[in-house]
Amino acid sequence: MSTEYQILSRDQTKIHKLTEKCSLLSAGCRADMDALWKVLDAKMVMYKYSIGKEMASPAVAQLLSNTLYYKRFFPYYSFNVLAGLDENGKGAVYDYDAIGSMEKKEYSASGSGTSFVIPALDNLIGFKTRTEPKPIRSVDECIELVKDLFVSIGERDIYTGDAIEICAITSAGMKTEIFQLKRD
Amino acid sequence: KVLNVIFTVNLTHLKMIEDSAPLFIREQALNPKPQGGFNFENWHRNERLQNEFRAKGISSNLPKVMLTGTTICGCVYKDGVVLGADTRATGGSEVADKNCEKIGYIAPNIYCGGAGTAGDTFQMKKLVSSQLDLLRLSTGTQSRVVTANTILKQQLFKHQGHISAALIVGGVDCTGPHLYNIYPHGSSNKVPFCTMGSGSLAAISVMESTYKPDMTEEEAVEMAKEAILSGIFNDLGSGSNCDITIIRCSGEVTRTRGFEKPNDTKLLRDKIRHPKELVVPSGSTKVLESSFLKYIDVQDVTAPEPMMI
Repeated sequence: MSTEYQILSRDQTKIHKLTEKCSLLSAGCRADMDALWKVLDAKMVMYKYSIGKEMASPAVAQLLSNTLYYKRFFPYYSFNVLAGLDENGKGAVYDYDAIGSMEKKEYSASGSGTSFVIPALDNLIGFKTRTEPKPIRSVDECIELVKDLFVSIGERDIYTGDAIEICAITSAGMKTEIFQLKRD
Repeated sequence: KVLNVIFTVNLTHLKMIEDSAPLFIREQALNPKPQGGFNFENWHRNERLQNEFRAKGISSNLPKVMLTGTTICGCVYKDGVVLGADTRATGGSEVADKNCEKIGYIAPNIYCGGAGTAGDTFQMKKLVSSQLDLLRLSTGTQSRVVTANTILKQQLFKHQGHISAALIVGGVDCTGPHLYNIYPHGSSNKVPFCTMGSGSLAAISVMESTYKPDMTEEEAVEMAKEAILSGIFNDLGSGSNCDITIIRCSGEVTRTRGFEKPNDTKLLRDKIRHPKELVVPSGSTKVLESSFLKYIDVQDVTAPEPMMI
């Protein structure tokens, strides 16, 4: 977490676990991120007790979109990515802008290092402009890929660095790992 | 009678050239060559454009300047001067150069570290270096650090801070080791130790707590190195490696690029098992269209017979 040229904290998490199958990642203004997380947590608890079960990821995605649009004229300055497993157990990534425009995607990024990583993701995960068939990757391979990408982003973006928190969501559960990056 | 009508035209930018003047003078008047120094013609237009863009809410695409958002430091010890610098150059929030050189040569006994706009610091160092070169030729004596300081501060003051160069000039001359820091508006201080750049606050805190007068070379180098490392890790505008330059009273100069490399990415990448798709095989990107143009007509020309005298 930083302002201009100063580092304010080296170990602030940007991942917020919403359910066992769903995590919210946010970038932007820290205060707005915290406020948004609290609002979502409250809504999810209310859902759980009135409907009787945990919210499914597509429902969470829509809830987030509505919550953001609710503040259309004084937005939450947070750029979110929601990652989770849908009802069929398949992975889903939802990308949002500050006022809740939602898009379901295969991969996404947000934050200051977006422009460095999206082209790499397009090539390695989307396999765009590649003639070979897209490989099917395991969880561990993806985690290693993410680490490699973040090392590269950390080289070129001054705001990215210190450490990354990788959260892998599979049908077996949620696994979190912290990988140290360069601290300069 | 012929009516004489008098026109008053503002022709100050044109010179009245006679037809009988030599061709090269007439050509110069028609195509004025750019003169040396700074050209501020576009300044008003750029300011106006920026204001207009801002008023309309359009993000301006004026070129971003590369800054050495930096940490540089210098310190005088018993037998000379130590200069230290980091090696990151940024353009906005992007790292433009991971290993640039910020300590430049001014004279055989004087070196200068620069922070601020990369182009400005580089040109200032070049300018004072060539001026001192000429001075050495005309006076026949070794350059003095105070001369470099005076030339730089007068140049920077002349441009009223528009040249964004913050410099630390250090060297040894016949009067001993000296260190000066110079700010972009033209003020300078003669100091025993100093730091400049965005990481100057992080670095000066280290120097203030460890400096003592008449240090040995090892102590001075260690202090400078720690100051730069503090800037590298705590300031976002500074990073990568630490360069050290030592100028000794004996006349010997040691320049070490990458004195300390705490940010070697290889160690980090070795921990990761890279996916094999990182190596893109040849033929991976589909060629949609290709066309060939004959650019040069290659002809064999046999050398002509040498002229017989």
